[in-house]
Amino acid sequence: MRLPCPYCGERDSREFTYRGDAGLVRPDTEEAMADYVYLRDNPLGWHKEYWLHTVCRTWLVVERHTQTHAPGAVTAARSRRAGS
Amino acid sequence: MRYSLASLLLNAVSGQSRWSPAWRSPDPATHYDVVIVGGGGHGLATAHYLAKHHHVGRIAVLEKGYVGSGNVGRNTTIIRSNYLLPGNTAFYELSLKLWEGLEQDINFNAMVSQRGVLNLCHTDAQRDAYVRRGNAMRLNGVDAELLDADQVRAFVPFFNFDNARFPIKGGLLQKRGGTVRHDAVAWGYARAADRRGVDIIQHCEVTGLRIDKGKVTGVETTKGFIGAGKVALAGAGHSSRLAAMAGMRLPIESHVLQAFVSEALKPMIDTVVTFGAGHFYVSQSDKGGLVFGGDIDGYNSYAQRGNLPVVEDVMESAMALWPALGRVRLLRSWGGVMDMSMDGSPIIDKTPVGNLYLNAGWCYGGFKATPGSGYCFAHLIANDQPHPVADRLLLDRFSRGALIDEKGVGAQPNLH
Repeated sequence: MRLPCPYCGERDSREFTYRGDAGLVRPDTEEAMADYVYLRDNPLGWHKEYWLHTVCRTWLVVERHTQTHAPGAVTAARSRRAGS
Repeated sequence: MRYSLASLLLNAVSGQSRWSPAWRSPDPATHYDVVIVGGGGHGLATAHYLAKHHHVGRIAVLEKGYVGSGNVGRNTTIIRSNYLLPGNTAFYELSLKLWEGLEQDINFNAMVSQRGVLNLCHTDAQRDAYVRRGNAMRLNGVDAELLDADQVRAFVPFFNFDNARFPIKGGLLQKRGGTVRHDAVAWGYARAADRRGVDIIQHCEVTGLRIDKGKVTGVETTKGFIGAGKVALAGAGHSSRLAAMAGMRLPIESHVLQAFVSEALKPMIDTVVTFGAGHFYVSQSDKGGLVFGGDIDGYNSYAQRGNLPVVEDVMESAMALWPALGRVRLLRSWGGVMDMSMDGSPIIDKTPVGNLYLNAGWCYGGFKATPGSGYCFAHLIANDQPHPVADRLLLDRFSRGALIDEKGVGAQPNLH
């Protein structure tokens, strides 16, 4: 699997560290916190997820297909507002 | 036909012509009292114990592929009960006890081999952790022995004991652990359940759940609608997708775990060993292949195949522990899709939807749990109460903060 870093181009997956679902939004209420921490959509198909490119140290939001492993759109996480 | 010496002799003199299929291939009925979704080890074991111990009426097992096509035929066949935490120890010990009597119970040779499982330690801190785990096991009536470096050397003399980075300092041995022929477990449970009247319906994928007034009433499948009094989900790897059909989200991510087998070799290792410094474990099948594996790939995946970095990592671990493997050729590698739960422990529980039951979150430890999982899930389905040894494996433990986190790494499924 190779992932496209917007700064470094397509790179081998071993340069990246996975940090899970990027679609989660930290809630304001304590009641919603357990769902935020533990529950996941876990889709078969396109999945928006955080990856750290450990070479250029950029956090990325990668859309990736969970069955084919093919990457789709990639953006730098810092370019998004939190939770958007 | 019951398998016995007499049936063997009868077929030996009649050209092996008198065998009947191990299980029927019935068309689905319009309604069952219990429909089990998932014809893997856990689903078939559940059907067997439901039919054997409980009176719940007609039972069907729906399998989207064929029996043995999922994780029950993709694992590395290890059984053990060396768990530390309350909630796990008694459950896995029940499972190991069921393995010990399995073949007589299901009248099928599953090649249960209690050849021992040895966890190696490489640091003093790791030995302390093993002392603690071994003591917890013994307090719960589970066998455990702490070996020092010399005892390990006498037991498995062929490892690299004096590796500068990972010297072997000792190990925790569970002699009752071992291996079981995984396919035979699926076939044996399928046959045993079938003989008690369970309908095993292969190539029948569940595409939806029909829910009426908060209660499940049946399943939509590729073979049409099947009504059900109770529906039990045992579709590990794809549990989140099944739960989504009932509008539920689970504390689970699906990850791919790879496994490997070498070319067939003369007997090299007569036990199961785990390398404590990396993540590597190895045993040898009766055909001679070394069966081994390591870490999950570490990202969400529903593919039954993984990527090369983990292959390389596993081979490096193998070489660090056992340099003699240097010129052994790899025969095959494959992947299976795991339900990685948020605390590394499984879920056997009712769901908020009426008459819908869930068996999920086995991480990469589902195979050893097969009999215990089926036994406890059957108890839950029949009685609406968790079995006493599984009464902490509940779905709401996450919101209650009552996690069973053996590794202590928190809600990070790819680290369990």
